[in-house]
Amino acid sequence: MNQEQPETTENGAGEPAASSIVVCPDGPLIVRGEFEIVTPSGGPVPRDRKTVALCRCGASAIKPYCDGTHKMIKFRTERPAG
Amino acid sequence: MRIPETRGPVSSALFKVLVQAPASSAADLDALHAMVAGQLALAADIIGHEDIQLSLFSLYELHYSGLDGVADDWEWEPGLIRIRRMIEEPFEKALREAARKVGREHGVPATGAFTGSQLPGGNPTSDDVARILFDLAASDTGPSVSRYVARKASLEQLKEFLVHKSVYQLKEADPHTWAIPRLTGRAKAALVEIQADEYGGGRPERMHSALFARTMRGIGLDDSYGAYVDSVPAVSLASVNLMSLCGLNRRLRGAITGHLAIYEMTSSQPNRFYGNGFRRHGFDAGVTHYFDEHVEADAVHEQIAGRDLAGGLVEAEPELLGDVLFGATAVMAIDSRLSAHLLGSWESGKSSLRAAVPVAA
Repeated sequence: MNQEQPETTENGAGEPAASSIVVCPDGPLIVRGEFEIVTPSGGPVPRDRKTVALCRCGASAIKPYCDGTHKMIKFRTERPAG
Repeated sequence: MRIPETRGPVSSALFKVLVQAPASSAADLDALHAMVAGQLALAADIIGHEDIQLSLFSLYELHYSGLDGVADDWEWEPGLIRIRRMIEEPFEKALREAARKVGREHGVPATGAFTGSQLPGGNPTSDDVARILFDLAASDTGPSVSRYVARKASLEQLKEFLVHKSVYQLKEADPHTWAIPRLTGRAKAALVEIQADEYGGGRPERMHSALFARTMRGIGLDDSYGAYVDSVPAVSLASVNLMSLCGLNRRLRGAITGHLAIYEMTSSQPNRFYGNGFRRHGFDAGVTHYFDEHVEADAVHEQIAGRDLAGGLVEAEPELLGDVLFGATAVMAIDSRLSAHLLGSWESGKSSLRAAVPVAA
């Protein structure tokens, strides 16, 4: 029953990385762990939660965060087969 | 919360029992037992049955924050648990029937008929489970309360909308928390991560239930827990009873994860519309923050709930796939019934609340 978190990565020392990014199929990037989100000039981007979903489809109204719009525009991360 | 107004013989008999001490109530408990058996036999539609849904809601409430004037000992009194289970059994049966109908309409694979997986034994991966659930959520094209709220709802209808939601949202996340000790590994970590966010990440004023209370106060409603239970119809209570049923029964741990996944997956965009409806009436962030917060939060939660919680659970316990889909389709079934009630009432110019109990402005 005990499952390893599959997104846990390990660095050269065999320790889990301080943070991880889950690449969600047809969806956002889930970023978890210790990290900062900053503007191009280095200022903080307001952040209300530990784990965030970053927009990958470009259509979110609350960028850099995901608002689920990828589902409306049928955003696909994989090339269609054939 | 205070003991609700009775809605028929079962709730009358139940509340008569509950105000007594458990030790001195044997005769009334026997009478209640007979009453429940008789009324259940007559109930054609248990999901819409005012008296039975209110009674079940009140029995579950003993496991949350209790009822005013009711001894805490009642929570685990065997005679009362027996009555709760008598009601739960036909309620679950009706939910499974309604859920199967939704499953058929939305092309959900029948349990055991899953194909196309990479795991031995034909079991789905967590990504497969997430995909099934996202497809299911996307296929939900029923009548939309969120669009009505965004474009048409009057101030009175916005208040009604909050009154229906308040029965759950003032204890938001609590029924799913019961699943935490029933899960292990990846699914447990996922649920704890979601719930920590629901409960404000350690900041009580950011708890989603506290944000909802702020929205209620901002529009002039009473934000005390349970204040409007008497105003909402059976189907609103049934939507909360579904969560309590699946949260309190360990055997339904698959169902509560499927419930949460669909709940989150059908939430981001509707919450933007809800917020727009309140903005249209001139309310500012004090009122809309609850909805705006859910647009962002649920876009995170839906990924974790679909893949790590429900998917992680099915990878660990593949036989629970059927229950995951039951929880997912049951919430869709109840929600579409509630939506039909709200829109049907509003479009014909009627209140969606119980006629006898008007909402004080």
